[in-house]
Amino acid sequence: MPRTSRHARDVAVVAFAQSDHRRRTDELSEVEIVMPVLHQVLAQTGLKAKEIGFTCSGSSDYLAGRAFSFTMTLDGVGAWPPISESHVEMDGAWALYEAWVKIQTGEADTALVYAYGKSSPGSVRDVLTRQLDPYYLAPLWPDSVALAALQAQALIDAGETDEGALAAVGARSRAAAEANPHAQLTGAVPQGDYQVRPLRTGDCPPIGDGAAAVILAAGDTARRLTARPAWITGIDHRIEAHGLGLRDLTDSPSTRIAAERAGVFEAPVDTAELHAPFSSQEVVLRKALGLGADVVVNPSGGALAANPVMAAGLIRIGEAAARIHRGESDRAVAHATSGPCLQQNLVAVLEGDRA
Amino acid sequence: MSTSGKEPVAVVGVGQTKHVAARHDVSIAGLVREAAVRALADAELTWADIDAVVIGKAPDFFEGVMMPELYLADALGAVGKPMLRVHTAGSVGGSTALVAANLVAARVHRTVLTLAFEKQSESNAMWGLSLPVPFQQPLLAGAGGFFAPHVRAYMRRTGAPETVGSLVAYKDRRNALKNPYAHLHEHDITLEKVQASPMLWDPIRYSETCPSSDGACAMILTDRAGAARSPRSPAWVHGGAMRSEPTLFAGKDFVSPQAGKDCAADVYRQAGITDPRREIDAVEMYVPFSWYEPMWLENLGFADEGEGWKLTEAGVTELGGDLPVNPSGGVLSTNPIGASGMIRFAEAALQVRGLAGEHQVPGARRAMGHAYGGGAQFFAMWLVGAGEPTS
Repeated sequence: MPRTSRHARDVAVVAFAQSDHRRRTDELSEVEIVMPVLHQVLAQTGLKAKEIGFTCSGSSDYLAGRAFSFTMTLDGVGAWPPISESHVEMDGAWALYEAWVKIQTGEADTALVYAYGKSSPGSVRDVLTRQLDPYYLAPLWPDSVALAALQAQALIDAGETDEGALAAVGARSRAAAEANPHAQLTGAVPQGDYQVRPLRTGDCPPIGDGAAAVILAAGDTARRLTARPAWITGIDHRIEAHGLGLRDLTDSPSTRIAAERAGVFEAPVDTAELHAPFSSQEVVLRKALGLGADVVVNPSGGALAANPVMAAGLIRIGEAAARIHRGESDRAVAHATSGPCLQQNLVAVLEGDRA
Repeated sequence: MSTSGKEPVAVVGVGQTKHVAARHDVSIAGLVREAAVRALADAELTWADIDAVVIGKAPDFFEGVMMPELYLADALGAVGKPMLRVHTAGSVGGSTALVAANLVAARVHRTVLTLAFEKQSESNAMWGLSLPVPFQQPLLAGAGGFFAPHVRAYMRRTGAPETVGSLVAYKDRRNALKNPYAHLHEHDITLEKVQASPMLWDPIRYSETCPSSDGACAMILTDRAGAARSPRSPAWVHGGAMRSEPTLFAGKDFVSPQAGKDCAADVYRQAGITDPRREIDAVEMYVPFSWYEPMWLENLGFADEGEGWKLTEAGVTELGGDLPVNPSGGVLSTNPIGASGMIRFAEAALQVRGLAGEHQVPGARRAMGHAYGGGAQFFAMWLVGAGEPTS
């Protein structure tokens, strides 16, 4: 028994499933992307939808191009008889957080969490621009790559990294993704031309469609449902100011606070799944989380190999948990981000029972 | 850290903006901050006392800002704190409050600011709801087009006379005159005027529909220790629940959805309510089209099936009746969509705190807040009481 959970109930990730992430899925609706993933994650535990205590999802109407888009995927869950259910207009990692809180209240013992994003129908660079301050920033249409480039340049100017080191992050991620059958970009991907200086194609995430789902369970239920539960011993998230001029882009204080609250620094971690859509953001996160060279970072390939917007953060938690399920990790940190230049960050510590 | 049982949750602060058709004088950030500052003032707390922020609103398309919580973090004092964004369609204001309450109940945080808003003047809600997607059912031309056939089904099923809808609208608009924050203040309202208003979506008339409002509502939720320091009476959460069902399927009862019945039953069980009609003193019900009052009276167990309209007709739901429904004027008088559910929850809290002003139901001890959304598929409800819950 490892664990140092600071909360009333022990809650674990007991199952994780994800789609194959692809550049386009013109032939599939969002419901059709999500449904196989739901079936897979339920099959892993043998649970049926009606046996789940709480269901929570994360997605964005702006990707779907219509209001209330999540209502359609709920039909795919099979919410009949009626279920206890909620939705965050955020990455699924925050849906997992809401579900974790629900289990902490004692009102549920299990939770199904899912998230999805279909970026291919539009220009995700333009779409994400609509996240910005609508009066002063959004009308200028600064896109997500340009904003990340500002952050990358700030890091280079501060001597925290250089273009060669950033290229190495991309190459390492995509090499690692060769072992991930769901990844979109794998292997020796050329670093490519500048997208927005200093970021080259290889520093940027692929644009793709995908979904993921996780099942959470408390205490003995978790032990019954899986051989080696991935206990969430700590989880926290924090947000920073929106204005980029108000922030030190070379640092991520919100990640550091969340990590502290989640207990990351109380014992060494062996694995880190970081939601860093841009190579430069891995540099920032490594520093904020105090990760040494001995920590395996993004063995899944991370967001540089597959970045289904709204699901990519939940996938980090799922990938970290899956390594614990498989016995490849004993104590992992999982991270999710939202907003421009790592504005909002969630950190979870996952631990397996020690022999 | 306690090892068992939930922490009791108290509402110690409520703040609303004066709801109007268009707040040209403030940005979205200015609007939400106004409600939050009022809630803090009610609780006599400062930004430093807030551990986390939970924010809700209806679709981002309504203002054209994707995930506005990112931009609003500064205005809501959330920098360095956790911030969650809930979206469950029209029920979102209620769901948001419940997610915030759970943070306290689970002892993850001690004092939480929860807020919901809509600034409808920055967009067009009707068309924001009507973006067509191939092979998916659009919500037709706005919400009224979706709900009108279900109202007609209710009338046919129960034999309710056509006059019931206008009675609800007339009542709610008069109640709104007693609520300084309500959007519509129709001082010259008469029943005849409601009945003479144009038919929009048969059988729903113009005066039986909700307005489009700019507005925000905020609440401060805290634990038992926080409630003990509260300068004014807290409202205690005795029960809260969410239920969802699919939008479209063969077995769906659009007149009285099973999810609504189940949600109410869960809340009553938590609160120890066995006879809601007698044990609940006031109801803030989500009634965007007037006929939903009799429909929800049945769905929530205040009346037997087919009998809801009789309570309305007999004046039971009037402010002076024995089961006042929407003493604040309700959604029919004020509808900043994403905030409308939270306003129901907050108004229920004001009633049991004895702070509802002119629209106070005398001696209200237990009040219900109700919200629904989507194709009548998402439900969020809570029951608040003047006393600390015993269970």
